[in-house]
Amino acid sequence: MSKVIKLKKGFNINLAGKAEKRLGGEVLPEIFALKPTDFHGIKRPKLLVNEGDTVKAGTPILFDKMLESVMFTAPVSGEVVEIKRGAKRKLLEIKILADKQIAYESFPKHSAGDISNLSRELILDQLLKSGLWPNIIQRPYGIIADPTETPKSIFISTFDTAPLAPDYNFLLKGQEAHFQTGLDVLKKLTTGNVHLGLKGEGEVAPVFAQAKNVQLHKFSGKHPAGNVGVQIHHIDPINKGDIVWTVKPQAVAQIGKLFTEGIYDASKIIALVGSEVKEPQYYRTYVGAGVSRLTEGKVKAGKNRFISGNVLTGEKVAEDGFLGFYDNMLTVIPEGDNYEFLGWIMPQANVPSFHRAFGLLSFLNPKKEFVVDTNTKGEERAFVQTGVFEKVVPMDILPTHLLKAIMAEDYDEMEALGIYEVVEEDFALCEFIDVSKHDVQAILREGLTLMQNS
Amino acid sequence: MKALRAFLDKQRPLFEKGGKFEKYYYGFEAAETFLFTPNHTTAAKGVQIRDAVDLKRLMMTVVIAMIPPLLFGIWNMGYQHYIAIGQEPEFWQSVALGAELVIPIIIVAYAAGGLVEGLFAIVRKHPINEGFLVTGMLIPLILPVTIPLWQVALATIFAVVIAKEVFGGTGMNVLNVAMTARAFLYFAYPADMAGDVWVYYGENAPIVEGYTGATPLALAQEATIAETPIPVEQAFEASWFGQFEMMSAWDMFWGDIPGSIGETSTLMCLIGALILIITGVGSWKIMLSVFAGAYAMGLLNNAIGLNPFMEMPAYYHLIIGSLAFGAVYMATDPVSASHTETGKWIYGFLIGVITVIIRVFNPAYPEGVMLAVLLMNVFAPLIDHYVVEANKKRRLSRATV
Repeated sequence: MSKVIKLKKGFNINLAGKAEKRLGGEVLPEIFALKPTDFHGIKRPKLLVNEGDTVKAGTPILFDKMLESVMFTAPVSGEVVEIKRGAKRKLLEIKILADKQIAYESFPKHSAGDISNLSRELILDQLLKSGLWPNIIQRPYGIIADPTETPKSIFISTFDTAPLAPDYNFLLKGQEAHFQTGLDVLKKLTTGNVHLGLKGEGEVAPVFAQAKNVQLHKFSGKHPAGNVGVQIHHIDPINKGDIVWTVKPQAVAQIGKLFTEGIYDASKIIALVGSEVKEPQYYRTYVGAGVSRLTEGKVKAGKNRFISGNVLTGEKVAEDGFLGFYDNMLTVIPEGDNYEFLGWIMPQANVPSFHRAFGLLSFLNPKKEFVVDTNTKGEERAFVQTGVFEKVVPMDILPTHLLKAIMAEDYDEMEALGIYEVVEEDFALCEFIDVSKHDVQAILREGLTLMQNS
Repeated sequence: MKALRAFLDKQRPLFEKGGKFEKYYYGFEAAETFLFTPNHTTAAKGVQIRDAVDLKRLMMTVVIAMIPPLLFGIWNMGYQHYIAIGQEPEFWQSVALGAELVIPIIIVAYAAGGLVEGLFAIVRKHPINEGFLVTGMLIPLILPVTIPLWQVALATIFAVVIAKEVFGGTGMNVLNVAMTARAFLYFAYPADMAGDVWVYYGENAPIVEGYTGATPLALAQEATIAETPIPVEQAFEASWFGQFEMMSAWDMFWGDIPGSIGETSTLMCLIGALILIITGVGSWKIMLSVFAGAYAMGLLNNAIGLNPFMEMPAYYHLIIGSLAFGAVYMATDPVSASHTETGKWIYGFLIGVITVIIRVFNPAYPEGVMLAVLLMNVFAPLIDHYVVEANKKRRLSRATV
């Protein structure tokens, strides 16, 4: 534990608009939504509600016919007002008009000390029914865990190194007891250990540093040192046939609360960040919150992009869209749909770059906070430069070769080069720094889907 | 700028699908993106912001790094001419003549290669790749100044088509394109690529009595195959240049000696290397290991010492011929070099070693760099294969623990 795993590779993108450690109060938007598209690998979603039905927080809304035991439940109580479908009737959003006072489905309560005596079956059953199960992610593939499997270990990263990411110490304030209960619950699900990845430098809140019944590991370094995949690679790497589960800290606290208080409390603290936010800070809201209410009056004028999640792995959402199931931050940055005269050779001191090619001056000013828009700053080209992806992936993995194996759909090669160990977020920096502007994360997901279905 | 933008926006529909010049879309696109970086934004999913770098900037950085040898070469080509006709030129006189000789070669190389690139882009419907910005400049720098222009055009077209486009274009080539152009000329038109070709004499100017424009490599070779071999250093001193104290190690490092246009000055190549290394565009591992390989092989030759060339002090290998140019600009081409970081050390080192082997043991090819780079281009995938296999093995061995 005293040993800090130092990661030398990586890159921090220093953006303007970091959140002040201050809670701006609770925001309860009128509309919440559950988006089946947030979950990888839902193949045949089956709806359990109709428009006009009333639901409580924790009432099942849909399930996947391929994984029938896993319920997706309503985050808040209210009325199902719209079921939005896209092309080919693809299920996009189930919108719920929230009650002013949230009513909860009730689940069995247990005292915190009792958790260790509960049977695995009982724990599974409660997690699956409550709607918290989808928070448990399985590696390989980064999909919702299969409850019939037993993972060799469970990993929780207690810090996020992504640009503008919220401080988990702050997110978990007041949730200490629930977090510990959640850890005890998770411990029952694995034959191995529950591992907690801690920040190697700076403040670590006692909720993490003094967690019991788990193994603690410290990591220091630039992004992606906080990625759970990187931490797994250095502690208990995933080999062929291995299964590891990962959970985010706020979900662990929600799990704790489910068992001690018997409710699915989908409330969480999120960070509203980005250069276009007037006062970047934290707010308390619920899973699937409507963006328009969250950002009302808090965003500067102009053409902005709203991103559920961080700027590397997040997803663009409409101004009247909804926060993603897993996301604990909403980023607002300017859109970049403008031309720049001779932009490919003009010196660029105001755009961050991992590179130092002619005219890229951001490396001279590492402390500067940059305002970055969404322009691609160039077009897609063939792979030319070599040896740079390797500098931002702190694992013994050859990203370029793995990506090429995916493009060639070479299954053996993908497996041998370590595709089981990574998901999109681990290669997100590669996509950012890529000179040839490939959609690295999309390529990786393609590979993961191929492997999963093979 | 707004007027220009408005003009482009007005022309755009002509080239888009259904437009009159639909076929030439990628030509229009190349011109447009040269003037303005496009207004594309990131996709809804995936990274929402992108790094400021792009391939155009990367390639331009290499072109900028080639400016020192280019400028020096322009001066030196003029200077060499005046020496050969026995005049002491003004600095600007040399530059003016050099420019007159070199710039047409550059224009022809860019025009011929650009034409092929454009043609392939239109036929294959892909954007015009920026890689040619570098190739078009590299080719002139490794040719003798007396090269007929039609040969420049022919070699460039050959290289772009055979070395690059048949493999699928930029990023897919196995061989270094510029080196392929040189190799093509070397084997197709040997009379114009070797021997007394390094200095432009002009038509009427009398050549100085006893003048020979032999390069250090040729001198070293001659000293070795002579009936009574003499040490290479003596041969340098005894040469026409040596008699005027213009063939010292310093001259070879500084570069005011005959040779290809851009390769004579080791110093200028090192300045270029510095630019490439500071900007992180060229691999310092490859550059360093090429020099290390050549020096190590030179030392080994010294130790065996069967003939004068083998006995030549090892450091001479680093400053004569185009080893420095090859190490800095040719070996570091990321596409044809080794792609793995460990592989780059091996790849570079072997280029150095093979260069010296070819120089010393193969009288038919005085300059070994060209063949060494091409040979190692071919072997780079094999090196990578073993490095990648090692990575896979580490992963497999972990599983059994």
